[in-house]
Amino acid sequence: MSEPAVVARDLTRAFGSFVAVDRVTFSVAAGEVYGFLGPNGAGKTTTIRMLTGLLRPSAGEGRVAGVDIAGDTTELRRRIGYMSQKFSLYTDLTVAENIELFAGLYGVHGARFRARRAWVLAMAGLEGQERRLVADLPLGWKQRLALGCAVLHEPPILFLDEPTSGVDPLARRAFWDLIDALAAGGTTVLVSTHYMEEAEYCHRLLLMNRGRVIAEGTPVELRARMTEPILEVETDDAPRTVEALTGAPGVIEAAMFGRAVHVVVRDEAEARAVIPAVLAKHGRAIGAMRRVPPSLEDVFVSLVRREGGAAVG
Amino acid sequence: MATGAAVSLAGLTRRFGDLVAVDGLTFDVRPGELFGIVGPDGAGKTTTLRMLAGVLPPSAGDATIAGVSVVRDPEAVKPRLAYMSQRFGLYEDLTVRENIEFYADLYRVPADVRPARLQRLYRFSNLGEFENRLAGALSGGMKQKLSLCCALIHQPELLLLDEPTFGVDPISRRDLWLILHEMVAEGVTAIVTTSYLDEAERCDRVALLDHGRVIALDSPARLQASLPGRLFAVRAGEPRRARDVLAAFPGVRIATLSGESVRALVAEDAALDADALRASLEEAGVSVHSVDVADATLEDVFIARVANPSPPVGGQASYQVAPSSQPEDAR
Repeated sequence: MSEPAVVARDLTRAFGSFVAVDRVTFSVAAGEVYGFLGPNGAGKTTTIRMLTGLLRPSAGEGRVAGVDIAGDTTELRRRIGYMSQKFSLYTDLTVAENIELFAGLYGVHGARFRARRAWVLAMAGLEGQERRLVADLPLGWKQRLALGCAVLHEPPILFLDEPTSGVDPLARRAFWDLIDALAAGGTTVLVSTHYMEEAEYCHRLLLMNRGRVIAEGTPVELRARMTEPILEVETDDAPRTVEALTGAPGVIEAAMFGRAVHVVVRDEAEARAVIPAVLAKHGRAIGAMRRVPPSLEDVFVSLVRREGGAAVG
Repeated sequence: MATGAAVSLAGLTRRFGDLVAVDGLTFDVRPGELFGIVGPDGAGKTTTLRMLAGVLPPSAGDATIAGVSVVRDPEAVKPRLAYMSQRFGLYEDLTVRENIEFYADLYRVPADVRPARLQRLYRFSNLGEFENRLAGALSGGMKQKLSLCCALIHQPELLLLDEPTFGVDPISRRDLWLILHEMVAEGVTAIVTTSYLDEAERCDRVALLDHGRVIALDSPARLQASLPGRLFAVRAGEPRRARDVLAAFPGVRIATLSGESVRALVAEDAALDADALRASLEEAGVSVHSVDVADATLEDVFIARVANPSPPVGGQASYQVAPSSQPEDAR
C-alpha cells in the first residue's frame, strides 16, 4: 500500500475561544476526487488553508504528499496546487502575463514553461486570448485560467475551494470535465462545493458541521444513510405548500425542490394520509405524490439538522 | 410602455467600447412578480441589474421603475429599490448587528418594525448568534448572507438581487428563498439573477439572456414544456463515458452529465427510444443501470437553448502525475 496522498489526524484550529476545526480526521488516496461539504462556517475553508500551509494547526497533524503541513511550507507548496474562491488571478494583467507570473512563482522555466503555457491555453480554451485583460474575461474563463495557473507546475495534489461558485451550468460542467481528466492522470483533488450535483462527481465526500466531521463516504453510501422516506409533492404553489406542511404530524422537513416540494416523513403510509388532509385544510390542491430516492441535498440537510442544525459555532 | 408595470424595459442597451453587453432588452415585470434572469457568464445579467438600479447609465433605450425613468431621473429610482450587488459594501470593522442597523438607518426603516424584520432575517441566515461578531471575521458564505440581510432590512417596492445565493450553503439557500417568497407575497417585486437553475424554477417568470439578448421569456413550466424533443435520464456505470457515447449517437441532440445521471435530448424526428439508447450504450461496452423518460428541468432548457457558452475545452486536459513526484523520502 502506498502512502495516502493526504492524511489529517485530529486536525484542530482555534481562533481565540472559537474552534473552527475540531479534531478532523480523514485520509485521501492518490488519484481520488475528495469533496468537502458543509454549511457556511463549518470549517471547510479553514481545513483547506491548514492543509495548504496557509494556516498553522492549533493541534493535530497533517501530511500532504508526504510533507508535514507544520513543517517546511516551501516544500509543501511545490507539491500542491491551490485555487481559492477568489481565483487569485491578477485582473489588471493579461492572460499571458498571469501564466508567466505563476510560472515564475513555481520555478517553471525554459522549454518546460513554453510547453506548460501552451497546455494551459489549450486546456482552458484560451488560445488566441493571450493578450486580453483578465478583468474582461467571463467568469467561467477566469475560472479555467485560475485552474491552469494552479497546476502549472504539475502538482500531484490539487486543492479547490468552492471553485465554481456563481459560474453558469455549462461552464461548471466543462470545469468538472477538467477535474475528471486531471484525476484520471493521477492528480489527487480535494474540492469544496455547495453544488450538490458536483458532490455527485466526487469519489468520496466529507460532510462537516460546526467544525466537526459528521459523515464520510461515497455519494451512494451517504444516500443510503438517509432512512426516512421522501415524498415528492407536485403543487402549483411550492412556498405555500412548504408553509402548510412544516410541522404537520409525521413531517420531518418540507422544502422546495425546483417547483415541487420534497417532504421528509416519519412513515410513508401515515404521510400519504396526512399530507392531502393538511393541504386540503389550507385550501391547497394536491397534484401527484410519489416516493423518491433521496438526493444528496436531502441527505445533506437531514444529516446537518440531525447534528444540531446549521447554526455554526 | 405598459402602464401598471413595476419595471418596464424599452430597448435597454449598454455598450462598453465595441462590446454590446446588453442589446435592446424590452420586457415588463409585473408588480408582485418574482422574476428570474438566467444566462451564461457574460450574458449581460449584472449589467442589466446595474442599469435598473440607476447606478449605470444606459447607452440607449430606457427602463422605468414604477413609472420613473432610470435615464431621466436615476436618483428618484434609488429610494424605491434595494439593490444587492455581487460586491455589496459591508463594513468589516462593524459587527453583524451594526452593519444591518447601518443600512436600516440609511434607508430610514422605522424603529418599530426593525425588531421583527431583524428576527426574520436572523432566522433564515442563522446570523443571530453572531450578531456581535465583526463582519470581517465571518466566512465567505456568511458575509454573503449578511449582505442580503442588509439589502432586505428595508422593505422596498423592488428588490434587485444579483446572485444572492453565491457561495451560500444548501440549507441557507432554502431559507433565503422562503423569505423571498414571503416578501413577494407581501407585494414586493423581485428581480433575481442566479446560476442555480433549480432556484430559477421557483420564479413566476424567467428571462433567459444570451449575448445581451432575451432568447426566451416565460413561466418556468412553459419554458420546460417548450424543450423540443424527448428527454431521457440514463444511469450508467461510467457516466462520463456514457455521455460521450450518447453525444456521438445519431439522433441525440445533446448529452450532458447532471449529478449521477446523463441527460440525453433526442431529436423529435429520431426514432430512438429507451431500449435503443440502452442498446447503443451496451454495444459500446458501457454498463447501463437504467434509462427513463425524464421531464425537462430548467437546466435542460438552458443547456439546449444557449448557443455558444464558452470556448471549447481543448488539448490534453490532463498531465500525468509521475510516481517520482511523491517525495523520495518523507523528510
